[in-house]
Amino acid sequence: MKIKRRDFIKGAAGGLALLTLDGQKAQARTVEALPPDALGILYDSTLCVGCNACVAACKQANSMPPEPYGEQRLWDNPQDLSASTLNIIKEYSSGTGDHKDQVENGFAFIKRQCLHCIDPSCVTACPVSALTKDKETGIVSYNKHVCIGCRYCQVACPYNIPKFKWNDPFPEIVKCQLCNHLIKKGGMPACCSVCPTGAALFGPVAKLQEESRRRLQMEPGKMYSFPVSSLDSGKSHAHKAPTYQQHVYGYEELGGTQVMYMSAVPFEKLGLPTFPKESFVSMASGIQYAIYKGMVYPLVVLVGLIVMAKKNKNEKESDQSASTPVKEETHE
Amino acid sequence: MSDEMKPLGRRIFTPTFFICLVIVAIAGYFTVKRFILGIGSISNMNDGFPWGIWIAYDVVVGTGFACGGYVMALLVYILNKGEFHPLVRPALLASMFGYTLAGVSVFLDIGRYWNVYNMFLPWQMNFHSVMFEVAMCICTYIFVLWIEFTPAFLAKWGFDKAGKKLNKVIFAVIALGVLLPTMHQSSLGTMMLMAGFKLSPLWHTSALPLLFLLTAVLMGFAMVVFESSISSRVYKLADETSMLTKIARIMAWVLGFYLIIRFQNIFMRGQMSNAFSGTFLGNMFLLENLMMLIGFFILAYPGYRSNPKLLFVAAVAVLVGTSLYRFNTYIIGFDPGTGWKYFPSVGEQMITYGLIAFEIAAYGVFVKVFPVFSAHPTAEAHQ
Repeated sequence: MKIKRRDFIKGAAGGLALLTLDGQKAQARTVEALPPDALGILYDSTLCVGCNACVAACKQANSMPPEPYGEQRLWDNPQDLSASTLNIIKEYSSGTGDHKDQVENGFAFIKRQCLHCIDPSCVTACPVSALTKDKETGIVSYNKHVCIGCRYCQVACPYNIPKFKWNDPFPEIVKCQLCNHLIKKGGMPACCSVCPTGAALFGPVAKLQEESRRRLQMEPGKMYSFPVSSLDSGKSHAHKAPTYQQHVYGYEELGGTQVMYMSAVPFEKLGLPTFPKESFVSMASGIQYAIYKGMVYPLVVLVGLIVMAKKNKNEKESDQSASTPVKEETHE
Repeated sequence: MSDEMKPLGRRIFTPTFFICLVIVAIAGYFTVKRFILGIGSISNMNDGFPWGIWIAYDVVVGTGFACGGYVMALLVYILNKGEFHPLVRPALLASMFGYTLAGVSVFLDIGRYWNVYNMFLPWQMNFHSVMFEVAMCICTYIFVLWIEFTPAFLAKWGFDKAGKKLNKVIFAVIALGVLLPTMHQSSLGTMMLMAGFKLSPLWHTSALPLLFLLTAVLMGFAMVVFESSISSRVYKLADETSMLTKIARIMAWVLGFYLIIRFQNIFMRGQMSNAFSGTFLGNMFLLENLMMLIGFFILAYPGYRSNPKLLFVAAVAVLVGTSLYRFNTYIIGFDPGTGWKYFPSVGEQMITYGLIAFEIAAYGVFVKVFPVFSAHPTAEAHQ
């Protein structure tokens, strides 16, 4: 009997070791796919003029307080995404910073916000489903009524998007929700509706991808028409095609995102890290799934443990009643 | 075995007790401030480092230290090593406080504590979340630990009938008490897998769950050795070295296995040059494993591990090494990559010290009031 028990333990431990060591094989989880009616934004850095209209419109649409900065502190001047800023335009600058969309002695703009990942880490991380991804639009939204404030979403997000109200006794997580409330009423994200150049363009992700492919094929220097606000707004303006980086950021980064970027300078310069195709979340939950799927392994182990504990207890009790006079006994 | 456990029945209000009380009071001040003005008012945590020492120390290291009850229950009740029985209840008591205070710390740390009930609403549960699994496991395990310790309460207050009834079913609770830490201690490792590139490759590996499970076992055993050594001095109990030496032998095997996995993993992923690059993180890796190696060399030789002083040194080295490993994984090796920095503020540290002080004071009170120790002054170590 002893040998059998030992074998059981070895088997259980070995199984656990195998599962934990070899995450790739343990992949029992399907990678999320783009929802059919996914909505998103195509941000074209070459079209952005850095007017910050989107930053102001975003604050208004989402009732966010201003963030004064600098000596005078008279107006909204956020320096980065924060608990009061869901959307921001940042600038890359090098050398003299004279030429737009140039790596040397140039500058370029970048719009930072939630990218609405196709396989979002934050949604998988959240223990109480406060962060959810809409099955149709794919918008990742936040429900403060269930959030417990554990901040695992902040640890998990590869883009450092979710922010926390640190100086509030009743804090919340804050992030862009693609102006969900406006889209429900047939509108579009505030940043896209005010963008004068079409740098921030709203639309169905599939169509935005099509549009991005059209732009990648443009001949640099030639005039083309660029839609403004949204793909179906009817508004457009003519612009000289830039020399694009031959890659759209968000096509496949960590499984892809619904907010995508085009640029003439490398994305790394704009603070968008180079990521593998496979998301960190699929690696982590692959292992977790393999061990805990249907709670089968834990239950089997529990039954084994109960049987062993019970058997040891019975053995000990029969030993005692045989060798020593009956005496008061606590559980041990 | 005549291992009757008895309360030590000594003076409760010692100078140590009062010092602990003062520290708890200071922590109380910062706790009140945190609830009135928000977490940011007393802590240095930020959007880049959303988790500070309340998670990294109080929960991740703290529950590791509190694995004594787990490993001793595994040894005595599952693997049937009855000889270690006298070590079980003191270990269980320390685990009970360790886990309970980790729970208290989590409550201070989470921003929207009034929403915690959502964790128990089936339609809100996210079974894909590692955090969910860890939270549920730890929560259940705190109850399990209190039930496991209940026989001591019942014996003290003379509820013999209830004691006998509990005795009939407690094996199931004990089994659960072995399963739950196996689950959540490994998941504490899985948790940081999701951090992806933010965690240095010296710590980010798919072996995280296994390494965390092994460090939990090591921390549990090392804490049993550490606590027994201190208790036998402070409370002038009989020497338990011969029993601890046997524990040390088990530790040597687990630690050897851990070191093989740790270095093989670093080597296979081509991170060895990173470890010896002389950078801060490389040095932290070396320091962490140096402590483990010191522990291993003492524990591996029968001559060394039977010496009470060397054994104590080994236990401390393993405790430092394993907690460094966990600190490195949760804070030191973590870099969100946007210039964020973190070092715990005074208020944050004081709350952690307060929890530790509370644990020491409460442990002292419990061993004096309830039947915990079975080794008594002047008695032989072994029956």
